[in-house]
Amino acid sequence: MSLFSRRGLSLLRGGWRIEFAVAVSLLLAPYILPWIGFNADTMARIMIWGLFGLGFDLLFGYTGLLSFGQAAFFGVGGFVSAYLLVNGLVPNVFAALLIGTLLAAVYGALIGLLALRRVGIYFAMITLAFGEMSFFLENSPLSAFTGGENGLPGVPTPVLHLGFATIALKSGQWNMYGFMAVLFLIGFVIARRIVKSPFGAVLLAIRENTSRARACGHSVQKYKLTIFIVAAAYGGFAGGLLGILQAYMPPDAFTLQTSGQLVMQTVIGGSGTLIGPLVGATIWLYLREVLQHIPDIGALWKLILGAVFVILVTVFRRGICGEILRWGQRREALATNSPGATEVDPPRARSRSPREPATPEASRGSATDDAPVILETRGLSKHFGGVHAVTEVNFSVRSGEVRALIGPNGAGKSTFFKMLTGEHIPTAGEIYFRGDQITAQGPTAVSQLGMSKSYQINQLFASLTVRQNLTIPVLARQRGPFRLDMLRRLDRWGAVNRKVEEIMQLMGLAERADQPTSVLAYGEKRRLEIGLALAMEPEVLLLDEPLAGMSPSERADTIALLQELRIGRTLVVVEHDMDAVFELAEHITVFYEGEKLAEGTPEDIKGNSQVQDAYLGGMDEDELA
Amino acid sequence: MPNLSLFLAQLFNGLALGTLLALISTGLTIILGTLGVLNFAHGALFMVGAYVGYTVMQATHSFVLAVACGALFVLVLGVVIERGLIRLYYERPPEDQILMTFGLSIVIVETVRLIFTGISQRMAVPDWGSGIFNLGFMIYPKYRLIVMIIVVVTLLVLYLVLYRTRLGLVVRAGIEDQRIVGMLGLNVQRTFMVVFGLGAMAAGYAGVIDAPIVSVTPDMGQTVLVESFVVVVIGGLGSFPGAILGGVIAGEIISLTSMFNPAYSQVMLYFVMALVLVLRPQGLFGQEGRE
Repeated sequence: MSLFSRRGLSLLRGGWRIEFAVAVSLLLAPYILPWIGFNADTMARIMIWGLFGLGFDLLFGYTGLLSFGQAAFFGVGGFVSAYLLVNGLVPNVFAALLIGTLLAAVYGALIGLLALRRVGIYFAMITLAFGEMSFFLENSPLSAFTGGENGLPGVPTPVLHLGFATIALKSGQWNMYGFMAVLFLIGFVIARRIVKSPFGAVLLAIRENTSRARACGHSVQKYKLTIFIVAAAYGGFAGGLLGILQAYMPPDAFTLQTSGQLVMQTVIGGSGTLIGPLVGATIWLYLREVLQHIPDIGALWKLILGAVFVILVTVFRRGICGEILRWGQRREALATNSPGATEVDPPRARSRSPREPATPEASRGSATDDAPVILETRGLSKHFGGVHAVTEVNFSVRSGEVRALIGPNGAGKSTFFKMLTGEHIPTAGEIYFRGDQITAQGPTAVSQLGMSKSYQINQLFASLTVRQNLTIPVLARQRGPFRLDMLRRLDRWGAVNRKVEEIMQLMGLAERADQPTSVLAYGEKRRLEIGLALAMEPEVLLLDEPLAGMSPSERADTIALLQELRIGRTLVVVEHDMDAVFELAEHITVFYEGEKLAEGTPEDIKGNSQVQDAYLGGMDEDELA
Repeated sequence: MPNLSLFLAQLFNGLALGTLLALISTGLTIILGTLGVLNFAHGALFMVGAYVGYTVMQATHSFVLAVACGALFVLVLGVVIERGLIRLYYERPPEDQILMTFGLSIVIVETVRLIFTGISQRMAVPDWGSGIFNLGFMIYPKYRLIVMIIVVVTLLVLYLVLYRTRLGLVVRAGIEDQRIVGMLGLNVQRTFMVVFGLGAMAAGYAGVIDAPIVSVTPDMGQTVLVESFVVVVIGGLGSFPGAILGGVIAGEIISLTSMFNPAYSQVMLYFVMALVLVLRPQGLFGQEGRE
């Protein structure tokens, strides 16, 4: 309890701590950094790259999407703003910036729709190619507007009317830095709100494990597209500022070098920290502007940078800010963990509660025989090329039932499960859930409808904490597959946090709440895996080998847990542990070589000679070889 | 309206460019398919090949020696890179591999810039390649024609290596399913090293034979890199026939579009790539479900 209230206090105190620290740093920087060679112009430039980097960090650092085409948006925003201002179409600097930013966002939506069809390597290549396409578009077909290789000179610098004073900004002077720094700070505060929102939590989940985020009921593509657009908007805004800073919009804003510089600055400074790109830009521009004037080393600045970058990526992938943060967290963890080290009892799955049904067997059979069918498949088949993994399975489960699926390895149980959850599209046949067709609707829809699965092999959000892990499905349950709540504070959403606490208590993970999943014991990871499925509050819970690899005590705990979970729920369990199956299940379906071999009560199955043969391997002598 | 002979001439130009792109992209695509690594330094390796070829040509005036040295140097460089760096990245996410090879390409480009300065160099056309050749519908530089033949022959050799040798079998199996190859007890480590070396060599080799046609600069690899990405996307990941067809398609697009409006030739290339992504995301010869 004391731990919880202390956490709450620190959150209150620290709500704006980081923003405050950044603001103070920006304010002090002009008094310190000139001592080592920075001038006002370089520092204003750093602010622009920092803003550009905020969007990119949301995209890459938080969502895991590595784009090599951000220059496209930087350029669009820059050239649109500059064009409007140079030609006097929009007299107001801020209006021009806004229009440039919006058009960059629209362009981002167009490219995002195409590029986000693929992931990983392909995504990087496609964004890079679109970036190049934009460069060539600017360079020749649109040169009547953009000036082609000459760029657009004569961008007016803004005059600020603050009521009490009128400030004419000037390149190379500190008031220009101040202007850029204020805009960066605003961008930073917004980005941090996004990161701390429920929306931001889902972004992290996508980065950590995209398919699990989808299985938890989130419309992953919509989140990706949205954050792609946000990143484009940040880029467009930063590009507009570049034209204003230089009084000139250079065509090289569109080049691959620009995109590459952004990527490198972000990784050097530390991706996933928001402040990292700013730190990276400081280092980059410092080396370029300051090192360049030192004879003998001047020409080497980019070589040094490249080598440093390769070393950082190889050894310190978190970047400068990321490694510092991690170092701090480790120290903190060491400090808080030392009393915990004396803990003797390993955390167990839930404490035995009085509301546990005394004799689960008593309710068995009678309650469900006339209940409505909740899940049904008709002629369900899945072929992988010539391999018939599942063949024409007709299967139905009544509401409230506990059903076990058994069968030797390779019988098609897991494939069958994957079709139920929408991860595999069936070759033939239909699936009905509560009477509605759900065939091939995809994992997000199935999960939102009320059926979720715990995986045979743990599919956790690996570097997130237990609390963050469980927040993901709870959010999907509370706010549906997609919602644009980018400015909502997740830590103040009581209903979500209470639900997460509740599941952590139930799964015996409360003491591990703020630890990353990587430090959990195997049994705890397994419980978290089930917890992720359970947190969606599904009507039908599919469990793929929940007991696999557990120690005897963990197994006993988990069986007891399942006995509790069955109340008010339908369970379908794939399991090899026959004792557990016979203890839990009301009906058993036996799979053999992709087909349904037998179905019935545990007693029927125990006595079925076909089933015994299948397990002993005596079914087809020649197929054994 | 362009007449027929101009059209034929541009078609031929496109083929010349296309076969060269095919050769470079083959290197990229076998590395990508077998190792799962997208090599952002591929363009830089192309550039290194060109510089080594240029240097050897300056010193010895032997084109054959220039090609041999260029190809071998990049082969060795490729093996060193694979053993020294790429090897550490097989278990890491593809994004990390991209970042590292991207950084590496900067290191390579800047090192070359340091040695040769940024001034563009011209490699001499070998004596047997100077002059022109009358093709009937157009007059074509002799060297370019010979380059085309050399490239086609090289692609044939690569085909034989990939489809008729044990190494080729392992490479193609690796493209189909990397894990299985490991499980079969084949020496994956050595295969990876050889494949990366060969893929790098393809780029370096292409760099040398392309050097007499273009100007040799430290940044010459960048356009090549991006264009070979387009080729791989069009042709399909890891596919040798895809790289060849994609290369020819890309070459023809650039060449034929510039007949109508040179300003749009590069734009058109990326537009076609977008079209492929929309209609057939896995590429012309790619397999469904690979990422």
